[in-house]
Amino acid sequence: MTKASIVIIGAGISGVSTAYNLAKAGMKDIHVVDKGYFTNGSTGRCGAGVRQQWATKLNCILAKKSIEFFGRANGELKYHKDIEFKQEGYLILATTKEEDEQFTKNVKLQNSIGIPSEKLTVEEALKIVPHLNKNSFISATFCKTDGHVNPFLMTEAYYLAAKRLGVEFHFFEEVKEIVVGGNKIKKVITEKEEYLTDKVLNAAGGYAKEIGLMAGVEIPVFSENHEILVTERAKAMQGPMVMSFSKNIYCQQVPHGSFLMGRSNPDAVPSHDISSSWQFLDEMALTVKDILPEVAKLRVIRTWGGSYNVSPDRQPIISDTKELNGFYMACGFSGHGFMFAPITGELLTKIILKQELDEYAHDLHIDRFKENIITDYEHSVV
Amino acid sequence: MSKKDIIICRCEDISLADVEECLEAGYTTVEDIKRILRVGMGPCQGQTCSHLIQAEIAKYLHVSKDSVKFQKTRPLITGVVLADIAAAALEGEEDD
Repeated sequence: MTKASIVIIGAGISGVSTAYNLAKAGMKDIHVVDKGYFTNGSTGRCGAGVRQQWATKLNCILAKKSIEFFGRANGELKYHKDIEFKQEGYLILATTKEEDEQFTKNVKLQNSIGIPSEKLTVEEALKIVPHLNKNSFISATFCKTDGHVNPFLMTEAYYLAAKRLGVEFHFFEEVKEIVVGGNKIKKVITEKEEYLTDKVLNAAGGYAKEIGLMAGVEIPVFSENHEILVTERAKAMQGPMVMSFSKNIYCQQVPHGSFLMGRSNPDAVPSHDISSSWQFLDEMALTVKDILPEVAKLRVIRTWGGSYNVSPDRQPIISDTKELNGFYMACGFSGHGFMFAPITGELLTKIILKQELDEYAHDLHIDRFKENIITDYEHSVV
Repeated sequence: MSKKDIIICRCEDISLADVEECLEAGYTTVEDIKRILRVGMGPCQGQTCSHLIQAEIAKYLHVSKDSVKFQKTRPLITGVVLADIAAAALEGEEDD
């Protein structure tokens, strides 16, 4: 039996970010449990992009604050390696008139909160990525401060900083039961240990719904497989992430030299499947050959899948709940938990320590679904 | 020979010294070490390094090599040019 101020379920990026921020704020006896190896879940499977070009104000704010943190992460976390924050932008292609019009609105929204995105013509976009197929799009948006962070090393930077502040981590330890009584959490039982605690953070990524149900809390999220591939290394040839929602692709060359690219499966059904399919490989190859024919000359060396934990409005749930005291959640990131992790940890720390929240953060509460007060929906998602 | 000169992973240029440092830091599974050092992520997909790392883990933990889990095998078996996959996909459509 171990006494814990809080048990954080999931040592992915949301879990380690919150553990670090809570410990920095002075909390002791923080325990993080994870059922598998280091970054076994969505964090270690993600596309490694970090962007601020969103269609909802809420996502724009979360992204901007997170990007600011990535810029100072090595120093603040005293990381002995490098998180590989590369700011060479995201170039997002519009391929239809509707998309072009929507992007004009998006840029206006992004600029209004200080995100330096801009609308580009085809010619301007070709100056940034010369190997783009100029016939595959009609306009683009570009934000030069978007880019890339290494998910494994970013997670390790938080993990090591949290450990130095006394946080205890338990890998290969699956949570089996959350014991609740009288609207309070009593304990968390794992396959190896019992933790006496009155606080739990559900940062379980693809399994957030199941962890919620363990505590009797219904969370309106589901998981969906998103596949991705990586190529062999190539000489540096593409600075920005190239992305298209209508063509269903994101594609970036990471500092290591390989290209990462992914797309969503329009026929995917909610499940915990994370397998690879030949259909993905076919569709991905066809799409990249259309938009970035030079990149299609590279060899693909590996494919994998990972869970998007999807919320009804494609925006995260960073929240407590009236249903159960001491139960907190960071889920429903809809594919963007990695890039929002810095602000996720900061906001949850305020929520858990009952400090005042900025006005915008109230919109992340789970009650927005219950009370049917959803006003926004994020369309800028692959 | 210095452990820095003993190459464990040729694709990513990772030495025995790198692997031992990783073990000392507490990463003691093939999957952990893969994510920290990129071993097994290169063109050969771990065909050279994974069993060497398995052996190093076994030595470090004083367990048998058989009890150290191998990394997950993912597609593809070998590197394939994306444009070739695209061409084959189009050909397949025509056949249908």
